[in-house]
Amino acid sequence: MRERGITEARLPYAPLFAMKYFYTFFACYESGLRVVFCIRGKSRMGQTISEKIFSKSVGRTVKAGDFVEAAIDVAMIHDITGPLAVKTLYEITDRVWDPTKVIMLFDHQVPADSIDAAVNHLELRKFAKRQGILNYDVQEGVCHQVMVEKGHVLPGELIIGADSHTCTYGALGAFATGVGSTDMGVALASGKLWFKVPETLAFDINGNLGRRVYAKDLILTIVGDIGINGATYQACEFRGDTVKHMDIADRMTVCNMAIEMGGKTGIIAPDETTATFLEERALDGDFALHSDDDATKVVRRYAATEMVPMVAKPHQVDNVVPVTDVEGQHIDQVFIGSCTNGRYEDLKAAAELLEGEKVARGVRMIIIPASRTEYQRALKTGLMDIFTDSGALVEAPCCGPCMGGSFGLLGPGEVGLSTSNRNFVGRQGSPEASVYLCSPATAAASAIDGVITDPRSD
Amino acid sequence: MTRPKGGMTGRAWKFGDNVDTDAIIPGKYLVLNSSQDLAKHAFENVRPNFAHQVINGDIVVAGENFGCGSSREHAPLALRDNVSIVIARSFARIFFRNAINIGLPVIECDTTEIEDGDILHVDLENGSIYDETRKKEYAITPFPPFIKNIIEAGGLVEYVKSGTQLKKREPRETETDLPW
Repeated sequence: MRERGITEARLPYAPLFAMKYFYTFFACYESGLRVVFCIRGKSRMGQTISEKIFSKSVGRTVKAGDFVEAAIDVAMIHDITGPLAVKTLYEITDRVWDPTKVIMLFDHQVPADSIDAAVNHLELRKFAKRQGILNYDVQEGVCHQVMVEKGHVLPGELIIGADSHTCTYGALGAFATGVGSTDMGVALASGKLWFKVPETLAFDINGNLGRRVYAKDLILTIVGDIGINGATYQACEFRGDTVKHMDIADRMTVCNMAIEMGGKTGIIAPDETTATFLEERALDGDFALHSDDDATKVVRRYAATEMVPMVAKPHQVDNVVPVTDVEGQHIDQVFIGSCTNGRYEDLKAAAELLEGEKVARGVRMIIIPASRTEYQRALKTGLMDIFTDSGALVEAPCCGPCMGGSFGLLGPGEVGLSTSNRNFVGRQGSPEASVYLCSPATAAASAIDGVITDPRSD
Repeated sequence: MTRPKGGMTGRAWKFGDNVDTDAIIPGKYLVLNSSQDLAKHAFENVRPNFAHQVINGDIVVAGENFGCGSSREHAPLALRDNVSIVIARSFARIFFRNAINIGLPVIECDTTEIEDGDILHVDLENGSIYDETRKKEYAITPFPPFIKNIIEAGGLVEYVKSGTQLKKREPRETETDLPW
C-alpha cells in the first residue's frame, strides 16, 4: 500500500482548516519548491532523530519532506516577542491551549530599561497570572539557559520558542525551533503547528580540541565553512566523539548557533551525559533516541584536532578567521555572556586567564552570567572575586548587550569583542560600531591586552 | 488592511545579500509593538533615509537570504505599512513565514539587474514583474490562491477569522484594553 507523504487536516478546530493549505505552501517554500507531493512507499529505511521526534508528535511514521501538523510539548515566550504573540492569541481565542505547557520569562530588557519595556512586562505578568502560566519574570536569567537548567526540556520533545535561538535545546536531544509571534499566537491557541519535517545535515566531529580551543571555536569553524545560509531549513545534527565528550554547557553553545547558518534546529543525540544532567533534576527521558545508521542525511566531517581559536569579523557571523589573523586589533569593549557563552564553564574559562590580571586601561569589560544559578555558582567558587578584582563589570543575569536593545551599547567607531552569537551592523549599539565574536577565553585574553589576543599565547 | 488584487507599482529600494533582521529593525526598537511606530525606524542603521523617504507602495528589492537572523516579527511589521512587496532572490525561513503571517507579500525573483530607484510594476495575478526603467520583464511564480487570499485578508489571523464561521469568544473587558 502506498501512502501519500502529505497529511490530511486534523486541525484543532474548523476555522484553522485553511491553515492546512497555508502551511503546505510554507513547506513547499521551505523545501525550495522542489517537492510538493512526496509519494513514498513503506520502507524499512531508518529515521533521523528529527524524524523520530516528529513521528512521535504526529502519531505516525513521518519522513523528511513530509508536511505535518505536530503537537507542541512546550512553548516559550519572552518579554520582546511575547506581547505580539499574546495579541495574536487574543485575536483568535481567550485561553492558551494548556497553561502547563507554556513558559514565560523576561530577559531581553531586564530590569525594565524604559517605560515601554515596563509596560510590556506589566501586561505579560497580568497575562501569565490570568492564564495560570509559569512566569519566571526577571529573576532567573536568559530564556534558553533557564529552560534547560529548570528542566523544561527533555529528550524527544518538540519545543517552540518565540526566539530564534530556541535551537539551543537540541543539546538535550529535543527538537526545538524558533518561530515568529503570529505562529506562536496560533500555537498558543491550538497547541499545534504545521512543519515540514526537515532534512538532516549531520556534522561528524572527531578528535580532541586543543588547549584553549572550545566549543565556540568549533561552531564558528562550521558556520564559517558552510556559510550564513548553508543549512537553511535543515536540522543540524552534531555527533562524533568530540561531541560525545562535551558537557551540556558546550553542547548548548554548539546547538545555539545552528540558526546562524539558517538551520531549523541544532540537535545532539542524548547519552549518559544527558541522563546525568537530567537525573540531577529528577527528570527522565528517552535516552535511547538516536539517528539510525541508514537514515537519510548529508554528512560533513571535521577534525577537532585541527581546530584553532576562531573569530567572526564584522559584520556577518560566517566571516570567520583564525584569531591569529586579527591579533592586535584594537577593542573598546569586551562582553562575556549570552545564551551562547554565559554559563559557569564559560565564566571559568575566562577566569583562568583573568586571575591576577587587570583589564587593560581604556577597555570596558562586561560579564553577565546566563542565569541566577550560574551566577551563584560563579559567586561560590570565587570567580566573581577574580572578575571584580580585574576591573570587569559584573551584571545580573539577562541578555545584556547581545541584542543591542538594552545597556552596554557601543558608540560610533567603537569595536566590541563578544562571546554572543551575532555581529550584524548595529547589533550591539551604533551602526558605526563593529563587533567581533569569539570564545570566552579569547575574550578574556584580549581584555587583558586591550587588543584581540590568541588565548594560547600566555 | 487590504491589498490590491491586481498589480502594484512602486519605486525599488535595492539591498544586497543577507539583509539581517537587525538591519531591518534595530533591537532597541523591539519594545514597540505597532507597525506605525516600527516603520519610523525601518532600515535605520543601514539606510538612514529610508523611513523618511519611503512612499507608500514602494518596493524592497534584495539579494539572497533576506531577513536572516532573529525571529522578531517586528521586522516584517516595520515594512508592512509602506512597502507593498519584498522581492528577493531568496528569503530566510522565519522571516518568510512571519511576513506572510502578517500580510506582507514576499516573492522570489532574480533581482540582479534591478537597480535602486527603478520603477517596478508587480502583477501577482499573472506572475510578472516589469522594470519600467530598464524595460525588462521577469516571470514570477504566482502565489497559490490560498496564499493570495491570506495576503489580501491582511494576514493569517484575519484570514482565519474572516474566511470561516469561527465563533470567536469575546475577550473579557479587561483584555480588550491591552496596550498591544
